[in-house]
Amino acid sequence: MSTTAPTPHPCPIPQPLPPPPIPSHSSSSSSPASGMSEAAEEPDSPPTHMSEDSSSSGDRWTPDLRGGNGGGPRSAPPDQVLENVLESVLEFLTAARDRNAASLVCRSWYRAEAQTRRELFIGNCYAVSPGRAVERFGGVRSVVLKGKPRFADFSLVPEGWGAYVQPWVAAMGRAYPRLERICLKRMTVTDDDLALVAQSFPLFKELSLVCCDGFSTLGLAIIAERCRHLKVLELIENSVEDEEDALVDWISKFPVSNTSMESLMFDCVGVPFNFEALEALVARSPSLRRLRVNHHVSLEQLRRLMARAPQLTHLGTGSFRSDAPEGGGMSVSELVPSFAASRSIVCLSGFREVNPEYLPAIYPVCGNLTSLNFSFASLNADDLIPVIRQCHKLQTFWVLDTVGDEGLRAVAETCSDLRELRVFPLDATEDSDGSVSDVGLQAISEGCRKLEYILYFCQRMTNTAVIAMSKNCPDLVVFRLCIMGRRRPDRITGEPMDEGFGSIVMNCKKLTRLSVSGLLTDKAFTYIGKYGKLIKTLSLAFSGDSDLSLQYLFEGCTRLQKLEVRDSPFSDKGLLSGLDSFYNMRFLWMNSCSLTTRGCREVAQRMPNLVVEVIREQDEMETENVDKVYLYRSLAGARSDKPKFVKVL
Amino acid sequence: MAAAAMSYAHADVENLKATELRLGLPGAEESDKMPTPPSTPRAGNKRALAGDLREEEPKTAPPAAKAQVVGWPPVRSYRKSCFQQQSTKSKVSAPAPEKKQEEVAVAAVVAPPAAAGSAGSLYVKVSMDGAPYLRKIDLKMYKGYRELREALESMFLGFSGDASSVNPSDFAVTYEDKDGDLMLVGDVPFEMFMSTCKRMRIMKGSEARGLGSSKE
Repeated sequence: MSTTAPTPHPCPIPQPLPPPPIPSHSSSSSSPASGMSEAAEEPDSPPTHMSEDSSSSGDRWTPDLRGGNGGGPRSAPPDQVLENVLESVLEFLTAARDRNAASLVCRSWYRAEAQTRRELFIGNCYAVSPGRAVERFGGVRSVVLKGKPRFADFSLVPEGWGAYVQPWVAAMGRAYPRLERICLKRMTVTDDDLALVAQSFPLFKELSLVCCDGFSTLGLAIIAERCRHLKVLELIENSVEDEEDALVDWISKFPVSNTSMESLMFDCVGVPFNFEALEALVARSPSLRRLRVNHHVSLEQLRRLMARAPQLTHLGTGSFRSDAPEGGGMSVSELVPSFAASRSIVCLSGFREVNPEYLPAIYPVCGNLTSLNFSFASLNADDLIPVIRQCHKLQTFWVLDTVGDEGLRAVAETCSDLRELRVFPLDATEDSDGSVSDVGLQAISEGCRKLEYILYFCQRMTNTAVIAMSKNCPDLVVFRLCIMGRRRPDRITGEPMDEGFGSIVMNCKKLTRLSVSGLLTDKAFTYIGKYGKLIKTLSLAFSGDSDLSLQYLFEGCTRLQKLEVRDSPFSDKGLLSGLDSFYNMRFLWMNSCSLTTRGCREVAQRMPNLVVEVIREQDEMETENVDKVYLYRSLAGARSDKPKFVKVL
Repeated sequence: MAAAAMSYAHADVENLKATELRLGLPGAEESDKMPTPPSTPRAGNKRALAGDLREEEPKTAPPAAKAQVVGWPPVRSYRKSCFQQQSTKSKVSAPAPEKKQEEVAVAAVVAPPAAAGSAGSLYVKVSMDGAPYLRKIDLKMYKGYRELREALESMFLGFSGDASSVNPSDFAVTYEDKDGDLMLVGDVPFEMFMSTCKRMRIMKGSEARGLGSSKE
C-alpha cells in the first residue's frame, strides 16, 4: 500500500496526501469559552485556555543576517536567511488549518512549518503512526489525540478495541522533552502511561483526559506528585477504575511546592479522598480559577473550599447536600455569604445529589453566570424556575428534561443571550414519559434567538416546532435532536420529520453538525444533501428508506468529515456510493445496517489509503453479514494492535 | 460436530425470537436487536453493567415488550451510571414514572456488589438424560449463552458417545424456573435467565426432537 503517492482520484479539495486531520478552530467556540468542555460537543479545537505565546520557542531560532549559507552541501536550502525568517513568521500561525495550507507551498515552507508547529492535533490516533508524526514535527509543545469512535460512548464498540495511548507517549517521550500539554479523548490510558508521562516530560503543565478509561487513582497520584510544574488537571467523564481496597489518596500527593494550579477538575473520579489535602492545595494555589470536585464533597466542605478560593471563575459544587443527618446541617442563610463573596464565578456545575432547599444560596452569583450545568441534578421545574429567572446573562445551559416545557419557557423568557442549550433525559429509555416536547423547543426558539448549539432529547416532536427553530435561530451551528422513540413521526400530523430537518438545513446556513431522529424518509436526505453544504459531522439512527439516502448525502455534503450511521436500511450499494468522499473524511461508522463482507472488501480494495475495520462482538463468529464497520483514512495502514474481533479488510 | 449439538447459539436466540407470539404491528420490531449479553464488559465502566441490567428489564406493558436496543437513546454510560448512584441516595421526590426506574436501579446497583464476590456464585444442578450422574455449574462464570453452551458441551460430551454421532436436533437444553416450569434455554436475556434458573436439564431423544433444532 502506497503511503506517499498522491491520491489519484478526483476529489473536490485537491490534496497531495491525506493530511493529519484539519481541525476547525471555529470562532464561536462556545464550549471552551464557557469552560464546560464537555466531551462530545466540543468543536474540534481542544478545550484550551492555554496562552498562545510562541515566545517560549524563541530559544530555537537565532537570526542569521550574514546572508548565504556558509557553503553547505548543494542539496541544502539555498537561502538560510529566508528559512529563518519564514520560521519566525510562521510561528504566528496557530490555526492548524492555516499551517496545513502553509506546509503545502513548497519544501522550504514545509520544513519551516514542521519545525514551528507547537500544537499537534491528531483527530484519529490510527490515521498516522506516532513515529511518523514526531519525525515530521520536531518542536511540538502540546498534543491533542482522539481515539475511539464516538459510538463507543454508547456501548457499541466492544471493550479492548484499541486507542491505546502508550505508543504515543513512548514516541513523544523520546522526541519532545519540552512537551507541556497533553489532551486525550476516548483513549485507553493506563497508570503506566501516566507514569511515563510524568517521567518523560519535566516541563509538563497540563493534562486533560476526556472520556478515557484504563487508569486509576494510582496513575493520578503519580501525575500529582511528579509533575512539579502542573497547572491544569482536567478529568472529564472518564471511567476511572478502582478496586475498593486499592484506592490511592492521590490528592495528598500534590507536593507542597506546587502552588501554581490553575484548573483542577475531578468530578468523574467518584471515590472518596482526603478533603484536608484538597483544602490545603486550594489554599496554596492563588492562581486557581477552575475547581470541580466530586460528589463526596458536602456543602459544609464546599463552603470551606470557597472561602479559600474567592477568585474562582468555574466551580463544580460536588454533591450540594449537607453531610449532617436530616435537618441537622447548616441553614441556607449560612451558605449564602460564600456565594456572595465569590464575585468572579461565571460557571456553575455539579449539584450531583442536590438538596433543592439549598438552591437559593446561589442566587448571588446567578446574575453573573454565563454557564450553568444542572444536567446531573434531578430537579423539577418548581425548583429550577426561580433559579433560571435570575440568570439573565446565561449563555450555556445544560439541564435534565425534568425542567419541563414550563421550565424551558422560563429560560426563553429570561435568557435572551443563550447560545447553547442541552436537555438530557432523566430516564433514557424509549418508552419513558418525556417531560419536554415540541412546546419547549418552540418556546426556546422564540426567546433565544442567538442560539448556536442545541442538544434536545424528547419523546414528542412536531415539524412545526423544528421549522420554527430553523427560522428563529439562524445562527445555529449544531442541531442535535433526539426523539427517543425510534422512527417516531410528527406527534400531531403523523407525518415523517422530513420537513422539519429539511428546514433546518435550508435556513441555518452556518450548520456544521447535525444529528437526526424520528421517522425520516429518503426525502429528508435529499434536503440534507442539497442544503447541508457546510455539514462536517452527521449522525443518523433508524432513518431513511433506501440507499438513495446515503447517495444524496455523499453527493451533496461536500464538506462531510464524520458520518455515523446505525440501524438504517443501507446496503453495500449505499456504502459504495461514498467512494469519492472517503479520502476527504476522517471516518465513517456504520452499525446494524445491511452491509456484507463483500461490499466492505470492495471498498478496501479500491481505496488503498483507507483502513476498513469490521468489528464483531467479542465472542461472535465471522459471517458474511457485517454488523459494524469503521473505516478511516490512514497513512499508517492496518494497525498492529487490533484485537481478535476486529478484522481489517 | 458437538459444537452444534447445543442449539441455543446466538443466531438461534434471534430465530426463536422470530417465532415468538407477540402483540404489535408487523414490522414494528424490524430492527429490534437482541440486547448483547450485558456481562460483556463495556468500556471498563463497572457501573455501566448495572445500567445494562436496567435496560434489559423487559417492559411487559402493551404494546409488545420491546427489547431495549443497545446504545439507544444515545446517552453516555457515564451519565447513566451517575443516575444509578443518585437514585439509591436521592431524597428528591421524583414523579411517578421515574419511581419504577428508581426501584429497578436500586436493585441493579445492589446487585453488582453481590455479583462481585460476596454472595459469590450461582450453582445449579445440570442433568442430562441418560447420563449416570449430574453436574453442578456456577452460572456466574459465564458471560453469555455461548460460553455456557461450550461449557456444557465439554462437560457432557463423553456421555453421548463420539462427537460425530451427535445430531443437533436430538438435544434440547432446558431449565426449571422459579415457578417450577420447564423452559427452553435461550429465550430470555442471559441475566434474566441467571436469576430465574433453578436447575438445568439436557433432554435428548424423542422428547427433545424438534425443540432444540436450529433454523440453519
